[in-house]
Amino acid sequence: MDFPILTLITFLPIIGMIVILFLKSEQKDAIRYTALISTALQLLLAVFLLMNFNYQAVGINDESSFQFVEKVRWITIPNISWLGTIKIDYFLGIDGLSILMVFLTAFVSFIATISSWNIPKQIKGYMAMFLLLDTGMMGVFVALDFFLFYVFWEVMLLPMYFLIGIWGGPRKEYAAIKFFIYTLFGSIFILLTMIGLYFSATEMVDGVRLHTFNLIELTKAASYSADGILSSANPNNYRFIAYILLFIGFAIKIPMFPFHTWLPDAHVEAPTPISVILAGILLKLGTYGILRINYSIFPEITVQLAWWIGLFGVINIIYGALVALAQKDFKKLIAYSSISHMGYVLLGMASLSVTGISGAIFQMFNHGTITSMLFLIVGVIYDRAHTRGLEEFGGLANKMPVYTGFVSVAFFAAIGLPGLSGFISESLVFIGAFGYGTTRILTIVALLGILLGAAYMLWTLQRLFFGKFNEKWQALTDINSREYIMFIPLTIVIIYLGIQPSLALDFMNTSVKAFVQFINTAGF
Amino acid sequence: MDLSYFITSLTTIQPELMVSATLLVVLVFDLIFKQKKTFIPYIALAGLVATFFFLINQFGISQTAFITSAEKQYGIFSLDPFGTFFKFIIVVSSFLVILMSISSSEIKNVNSRSGEYYTLIFGMILGMMFLASANDLILIYISLELLSLSSYVLAGFLKKERRPSEAAMKYLLFGAISSAIMLFGMSLFYGLFATTNLNVIASLGSVSGMETITLTISTIFIFAGIGYKISSVPFHFWTPDVYEGAPIPITAYLSVASKSAGFALLVRFVRVGFTNTTLENGFWILLEGFDWQLFLTIIAIATMTIGNLIALWQDNLKRMLAYSSIAHAGYLIAALVAFNNESLLAILVYFVFYLLMNFGAFYVVMVVKNKHNTEDINDYDGFGTTSPFLAVVMSFFLFSLAGVPPFAGFIGKLYIFIALVDAKLLVLAIIALLNSTVSVYYYMRVLKHMFLTKKTDNSKTVEVDLFDKVVLLALAIPTLVLGLYFSGVVNLAQNSINILGF
Repeated sequence: MDFPILTLITFLPIIGMIVILFLKSEQKDAIRYTALISTALQLLLAVFLLMNFNYQAVGINDESSFQFVEKVRWITIPNISWLGTIKIDYFLGIDGLSILMVFLTAFVSFIATISSWNIPKQIKGYMAMFLLLDTGMMGVFVALDFFLFYVFWEVMLLPMYFLIGIWGGPRKEYAAIKFFIYTLFGSIFILLTMIGLYFSATEMVDGVRLHTFNLIELTKAASYSADGILSSANPNNYRFIAYILLFIGFAIKIPMFPFHTWLPDAHVEAPTPISVILAGILLKLGTYGILRINYSIFPEITVQLAWWIGLFGVINIIYGALVALAQKDFKKLIAYSSISHMGYVLLGMASLSVTGISGAIFQMFNHGTITSMLFLIVGVIYDRAHTRGLEEFGGLANKMPVYTGFVSVAFFAAIGLPGLSGFISESLVFIGAFGYGTTRILTIVALLGILLGAAYMLWTLQRLFFGKFNEKWQALTDINSREYIMFIPLTIVIIYLGIQPSLALDFMNTSVKAFVQFINTAGF
Repeated sequence: MDLSYFITSLTTIQPELMVSATLLVVLVFDLIFKQKKTFIPYIALAGLVATFFFLINQFGISQTAFITSAEKQYGIFSLDPFGTFFKFIIVVSSFLVILMSISSSEIKNVNSRSGEYYTLIFGMILGMMFLASANDLILIYISLELLSLSSYVLAGFLKKERRPSEAAMKYLLFGAISSAIMLFGMSLFYGLFATTNLNVIASLGSVSGMETITLTISTIFIFAGIGYKISSVPFHFWTPDVYEGAPIPITAYLSVASKSAGFALLVRFVRVGFTNTTLENGFWILLEGFDWQLFLTIIAIATMTIGNLIALWQDNLKRMLAYSSIAHAGYLIAALVAFNNESLLAILVYFVFYLLMNFGAFYVVMVVKNKHNTEDINDYDGFGTTSPFLAVVMSFFLFSLAGVPPFAGFIGKLYIFIALVDAKLLVLAIIALLNSTVSVYYYMRVLKHMFLTKKTDNSKTVEVDLFDKVVLLALAIPTLVLGLYFSGVVNLAQNSINILGF
C-alpha cells in the first residue's frame, strides 16, 4: 500500500485541530463544521479500510500479513559498543484484532462530534482537545511499535484531563485528577515492562540484531536472547511479574475490579460526548492492549492465568450489575452497567477459544455502540430536565414516544435480547467460556449477570417511562433532528449486527483462529 | 612545572579564561561608565557567546592539564567531552539567566547594583566550569567555594527585603558547615592515600581492614559537600528557603546550572576516584571499601520521595518548584546508581531537557511576578482564559517536568529507567516510577488552577511582551519537538560520556 492511509486516518483529527486553532473563538459554526468534517472524513477512511480489508490475511504474529502497513524509521541513534543502536520505528498496521476497533473509533468519534454541537462554553478549546483525543485513540489501535503505542496511549491522557476538568459537572476537578492519576499509575507499569522487553529481545535489521520495540517481533520466542531479563529461558520469574504489571496497567483502563473506582466519577462528571468516547472507545483500549500485548507476548503466562482473568471478568459482571441496581442516578447506573458489560469481554478472553475470543472482540465492538447510545440517551434527558434522578421521572412514554422507542432498543440490546447485537456477542462469550474446562464454573456464575442486567435495565425503563406522569415535566419535548442523526446510525448498527453478525465476525475470523492457535501452541 | 608547560596548559582552559576576561570587563565597565548600566547584560551575553565558541572548539578533545609532578599521569584539570558537555549546559543556562535578569522586575529595581550582579554571576560560571573539569580535591574545593561564595551574595541580592536576607543567611550557614565537613573529609582522604589527585586515588586500589572505616567516613564527609550542591536529602534543608527568597533568575540558575555542576562533580568523583574497570557492556566495577551502590540508593530514594511528598503541599509556586527540583535530583542520583555508561548517558540527556523545562517554568513564574508581584498558586486562577499564551507554555513545561509523553521530560525519564532496568535494579525503578506518579499531582494542580478554576473578579491578566514571548517560545518549542525527535540530543550525549582516565 503506497498511500499512507493509516497515517491519514490517525492524524486527520490533528489537521482539523490545527485548523481550529487558527480560527477565532467567535466563529463557532466554522469550528464545529471543521471538527465534523475531520471526523466524517475519518469515518469515510475507516469504511474504505473495511471495504479493502483482506479477510484471509492473518496478522497477529506474522508481520507480512498485516494490512495497510507503514513502516519508516522514526528514531535512530547510532551504535556505541555498550548500548547498541537504538531504533524506533513509525510502524502502523492493522489485522483482524484491530480493524473493528479502528472503525468503532471513527464511528463513535463522529457521533460524539454531533453530540458536542451544543457545548455551552469555549467550543474552540473543546473541539481542539476532542480531536487530539481522537488521534490518540486511533493511534493506539494502529500502532505496532511498542514505543509508538505508548506515546499514543499517553497522548490521550492530556486532552481527557481537560475535557473532563473544564467542561464537566460540579465535581469535575476531582474526577479529572482522579482519572489522570489512576491512568498514569497504570501506564508507568506499562512503561517499565516496555523497557524490560526492549532489553530482552532483538530483531534482525539489515543483517544486524538490534534491540526492538516491534510488537510483532516481541511475540516470537526466537527474538529473545537467553540472558535477557524477560526471556523465557531465564529461570527467574520476571516474566510473570512483568505480565502482572502490564495487566494492571491495562486493567485500570478497562476498568477491572478493583481498579474501577475512577470510572463512575469520570462518567458522572464528564459532559455527554466525553462519556460516549470514554465508554465507547477508551475502555476498549484496555482489553485491546491485553490481547495485543499481554496475550501475544506472554502466551505461556496467559494460559497459566486464564482462570484468574475469567474470575475477575465474572466479578466485574456481578459486581457491576449489583451496584447498578442500587443507583438512583441514571448516568451512574449506565456507568456501572458498562463496568458489568466489560466483564463479558474479560470472560470471553479467558476462555482462550476461538468462539470466546471472537465473542470478546465482538462484545468490545457492541459495547462501544450500545453503551455510547445509552450515554447519549442519558444526555438527551439531562439536557431537557437538568437532572438525572431516576425517581423524579415517570410516565414519559406518552410525552416522548420516539425517545422511548430508541431507549427500548438500547436497553434491550444491553440486556442481550435476541435479534440485537449484544445477544450474539454475549452468547459467543458464554459458549466459548463454557466449552473450555477451566472457565466452565465461572460461566455458570456469570449467567447470573444476565438476570441482574435485565433486572436493572427493565426497572429503569419502568421508572422512566411507565407509571404516573410527573406533571413537573409538562414542558419536555421529544428528540430533535440532531438527536435523530445520532441515534439512527447507532440503532441501525445494533439491529443489523444482531441479524447478520457475520458481517463483523468475518473481519476477525482468520486472525482470531491464528491467534488462538498461536497462544495454545506457544503457551503450553 | 616549568613555565612553557604552564603556558601550554593554559590553552586547555580557554573558555574559562574567556569567562574571567568577561568578568573583568563587566567589573571595569561598571566602574567607568556608571550611567550606562543597561549595557552590562549585553556585554555579558557577548562574553558568553564567545565562551560558547571556545567550547565548540574544545568539544571532543580529551587532554589533561596542569600536571604538578612528573610521576603523575594526570593533572589537576581534565579537559574531556564529559566536562565540556556540562560546560555547555552551564553556558546555555547562564545565557538564559541573563535574559531572565533583563526581563525581571526584581533585578530592574536594583539596577544601580547591576554591575555587581553580573560580576557575581560570572564568578559562579567560573566556579562551575572549573568544577566540571576538576580532577583534584584541591581544585574541587576551590571552585566549589568560588561558586558558593558568589551564590550566597546573589541569593540575598534583594537585601532590603526580609525573605532574601533570611535566604542568604541560611544558605551561608548551611554552606559553610557543609564545606567545612567536606574539607575535613578531604583531609582524611589525604591521610589515607597521600594524594589529592582522583586518578591516583583510583590507582592505589581497594582498601581493607580498619582503613575501610576511614574511607567510609571521609567519603560520606566529602559527599556532604556535593550533596549540598545538588540538594540531596539530608543536605536539602536550605533549598526551599533559598529558592523562595532568591530573585527568580537566581533560583532558576541554582536549580539548573549549580545543580548540573554538582552532578558533574559527583559523577567524576565516583567515576574517576572509585572505578576500577569498565566492562565491555558498559558496566563499571567499583573499588571495594565503600558501598556506593547502597549509599546512593538510599540517598536517591529519600531525595525523590521527600522532595515529591513535600511539594504536594506547597502553595507558593517557587517553593513548589524548589521541592520538585529536589525530586529531580533524586531521579538523577537513581540513574547514577546503575553504575554503567547508560547512567552517564541518562544524566547528560536529562540535564538538557531539565534545562529547558525548569527554566521555562521559572520564567513563567517570573513573568507573573513581574506583573503582579505574586507567586501564589491561587493567583493563577483562570489564566487559561485570561492569558492563554502563558497558560499553554506553562502546561508544556509542567507536563514535561511530570514526564508525560510526547514531551521531552519523558525521554529524560525513559533514559533513567533504561539505565536502571538494564542494571536489573527493578525495585529502585519501580520506586522512581511511583514517585513520578506522585509528582504528577502537584504539577497538575497548577494546571487545575490555570484551566479548571473559574476566573473570579480578582483574577489577574498578564500581558506577555514580545521579549518574554520569544524566550518562552524558544524554551517551549524544543520541549515538545525534542520529545518527538530526540536522536540529536542522545547522539550528542553518547559522544560526551568519555571521562578522562578511562
